[in-house]
Amino acid sequence: MSEYFHSVRLDEEKCKGCTNCIKHCPTEAIRVRKGRARIIEERCIDCGECIRVCPNQAKVAITDDLDSIKKYRYSIALPAPSFYGQFKPELTPEIVHAGLIALGFDSVFPVALAAEAVSRAIRNYLEQQRERPRPLISSACPAVVRLVQVRFPSLLEHIIPLVSPMEIAGRVAREAAHRQTGFGPEEIGVFFLTPCPAKVTEVKQPAGDSSSVDGAISMSVVYGNLLRMMDNLNTASLSPVVSGIGIGWGRAGGENEAIKTGSLLAVDGIHCVISVLEEIERGGLEDIDYLEAQACTGGCIGGCLVPQNPFVARVRMGNLARSRQRVESGHMFPAELDYYCRKSPVPARPALKLADDPALALMRLEEAEKIVAELPGLDCGSCGSPSCRALAEDIVQGYARRSYCIFELRRRLQQLAEEIVELAQKQPPAMGREWSPARDEGEEHD
Amino acid sequence: MQLKFHVQRNDFSRAGQAAARIKKTLQLAGIKPAIIRKAIIVAYEAELNIVIHAYHGTITANISTGQIEILAQDEGPGIVDIDLAMQEGYSTAPPHIRKMGFGAGMGLPNIKKSSDSLEIYSAVGRGTLLRATIVIGD
Ligand code: SF4
Ligand code: SF4
Repeated sequence: MSEYFHSVRLDEEKCKGCTNCIKHCPTEAIRVRKGRARIIEERCIDCGECIRVCPNQAKVAITDDLDSIKKYRYSIALPAPSFYGQFKPELTPEIVHAGLIALGFDSVFPVALAAEAVSRAIRNYLEQQRERPRPLISSACPAVVRLVQVRFPSLLEHIIPLVSPMEIAGRVAREAAHRQTGFGPEEIGVFFLTPCPAKVTEVKQPAGDSSSVDGAISMSVVYGNLLRMMDNLNTASLSPVVSGIGIGWGRAGGENEAIKTGSLLAVDGIHCVISVLEEIERGGLEDIDYLEAQACTGGCIGGCLVPQNPFVARVRMGNLARSRQRVESGHMFPAELDYYCRKSPVPARPALKLADDPALALMRLEEAEKIVAELPGLDCGSCGSPSCRALAEDIVQGYARRSYCIFELRRRLQQLAEEIVELAQKQPPAMGREWSPARDEGEEHD
Repeated sequence: MQLKFHVQRNDFSRAGQAAARIKKTLQLAGIKPAIIRKAIIVAYEAELNIVIHAYHGTITANISTGQIEILAQDEGPGIVDIDLAMQEGYSTAPPHIRKMGFGAGMGLPNIKKSSDSLEIYSAVGRGTLLRATIVIGD
């Protein structure tokens, strides 16, 4: 088994090696080799960018299927807050929950409820831990956390050491179900309805602590199944179970709205997140207390497993968040901060270095600089690496050859062709008698 | 291993590019994150100093297994009183620069905090040479 689990994979059959994806990857994790876009496992952060840009649907997200809930005596659905924004207003969150039960889940525990509790914990943490480096960075988006592990390891101490709403929801839901039904914790299956591959990876291979969630099912798949059965639902007497504050987390800015203390910054879209993280790394933004950062544009409603257009979902989420009364859920969640804290810190993932030995790495760096200077600098991607510089880095590590560059190849062919022409013109002294008129001019020397 | 960048006065939109390239290079070299962070701060503040105060200049990073040396050389008005300039909050940046959120007088103090040695030579009316080193250690 390989060291890293990844939800994002390549469908070898569909990939044409067109190189569209390699330049969009925020960690330069993709190389086209033998006509297929392979992913370098230790670099991939499962952000889903390549799924979005692939014109051939060759990048896919592996998720659990709906049938996997049958493996457990008792199954719980954890709908992500963004799930509610997928439906028309008349399909309220409560009706959606009824639909999930009809689909086969034994109970539903909204992550939005846990999001409210986590918001309280974050607020407390920000107020109590004044001496922690600022800004603290949200730990809710697993793609952002992995981005920090790979590209911004010096900012790991900025990641707030609290777990995500999904984790809290999983924990509280399992504990409650265990109390109510008497089933053992391992007989209870907890499934997150996920908007993105990053959450799938977070469930299967968490960055740090173990996960309280057993599986992650694609939101799109559940959505499709749900719509088909909605008409036959009896939804006469459902009382509200989620309030607006938690639902808001599903879109960009919602987390900060729920925290409501200090000076808060929200950023969404992986490339915008990168530029803000760079700014923090340079020592800026110390005046900001908290950074909500989401890899997907628009927040989780922009995830690549979300069925609805994100702009439509955004409006619906906004309306839902505003129109809903507060639901008292405080009694369901422990008040002490400790319950929300991570047990182990998020480790760095130094996947970018050219060699383990510093002296060797430095030598390779020099070598790479020299190669870059000789490459055309067009970043065309035909070599299968995302840029000329990346190709140079691949060459010095032995993963690529100079001839992968089509311009280099052309230059060498040209050289060879010239040599051939030159050679063709040369004649050994014993040849050339019948058509050389220069017999009287003496021997040729060359 | 040497990296060299030209920096132009008032080119705020590109300030940070040298620091970003230096960071990427140090990551490739497998330098520890905490050390890289120091180098980023030194390079960025030095870059900003040229953008804000000088006419133009260069940032040079010399990277070896033992240390990172960052040189900032500029043609510009120079620094009249270096000791004063090293004080936190002291700034000669004009108001419009401060309004942009730059020039808070933390540049040199931040460089000093993030480096293991710092030398500054300045000739008023001609320019400034700054040399900061960061020890890599193990
Ligand atoms: S999921 Fe993101 S990090 Fe992984 S290969 Fe695709 S674009 Fe790169
Ligand atoms: S975009 Fe990437 S994954 Fe999709 S077909 Fe092209 S090379 Fe393959």
